[in-house]
Amino acid sequence: MIQSPEAGEMITLMVNGAPRELERDSTVAGLLGSLRIDPRLVIVEHNRTILRDRDAYASLALSDGDVIEIVHFVGGG
Amino acid sequence: MGIAVESSLDVSPLVIGGREFRSRLMVGTGKYASNSDMVHAIEASGAEVVTVAVRRVDLNRANEEGILNHLDASQFFLLANTAGCYTADDAIRYARLARAAGFNEWVKLEVIGDQETLLPDTAGLLEATRTLAAEGFKVMAYTNDDLITALRLEEAGAVAVMPLASPIGSGLGMLNPYAIRTIKKRLSVPVIVDAGVGTASDACVVMEQGVDGILMNTGIAAASDPVRMATAMRQAVEAGRLAYLAGRMPRREVAVPSSPLTGMLDS
Repeated sequence: MIQSPEAGEMITLMVNGAPRELERDSTVAGLLGSLRIDPRLVIVEHNRTILRDRDAYASLALSDGDVIEIVHFVGGG
Repeated sequence: MGIAVESSLDVSPLVIGGREFRSRLMVGTGKYASNSDMVHAIEASGAEVVTVAVRRVDLNRANEEGILNHLDASQFFLLANTAGCYTADDAIRYARLARAAGFNEWVKLEVIGDQETLLPDTAGLLEATRTLAAEGFKVMAYTNDDLITALRLEEAGAVAVMPLASPIGSGLGMLNPYAIRTIKKRLSVPVIVDAGVGTASDACVVMEQGVDGILMNTGIAAASDPVRMATAMRQAVEAGRLAYLAGRMPRREVAVPSSPLTGMLDS
């Protein structure tokens, strides 16, 4: 396993359609935390797979190039 | 008992997919001028089923636009829609996302076929209904007022079929009462008229066709006073339901006097 020697090495993800830089080894929980999003109020899709288990947010490590969609309920008919 | 009409006179509860609902009026949550208007109007409507849409979180505004910040989910039955989806695959994806929110496995399924009229793509709708029903979803399918499509949706596993009164957001009222009545007569699953109801009289006439309920959004949200209109809609749905159950008098092309013909004075 290659340890990143340089602190602050970044990966780039697509989050809700826009590129976003995160530190390597970031998790879904970390991403939501940095966005100040309450995990109970959103649903997260990771590379087209819906993350049904919110407990897994803390353990799911993100990789360079991952595509994340964070959705929630809004007003609609 | 006073002269007030009680909704308890409607003896049969609305049951969809094995679940009993306390109101035959279902309401949307879109297009309100403010979140407090929305909450007050929904409370006035007496609705239990409340529809919501699934959208990306605006990462710059974080949680403020999420409806669950304003609506107490424990007080209502949240029915997620797939509004804005133009293919079966998209609608299925949105439905799965909605279910992952963890409230229930119900979906108001929309597969739209045309941007200008928002009329449904019935082929895509049938395909998505089959897939989602097989995955255990309770599918309430928004469709046009075509009987054959309605029958196919029932066969495909929809727990309710939702024909439109007129196009979404048009407020044109019920354009084809015959088609709505025919769908209601022929289907076994509940028929909930969805879209096009513009004012209380529209709601009343729809319910007089014998359908099981109405879902509306713009008719309340776009009224000048949404809380008043929500109250009017609640009363109209109840009145129309009771009038249907009561059975209207036959129509006649000639007058029939209501007062006795006998006992008149000599002229």
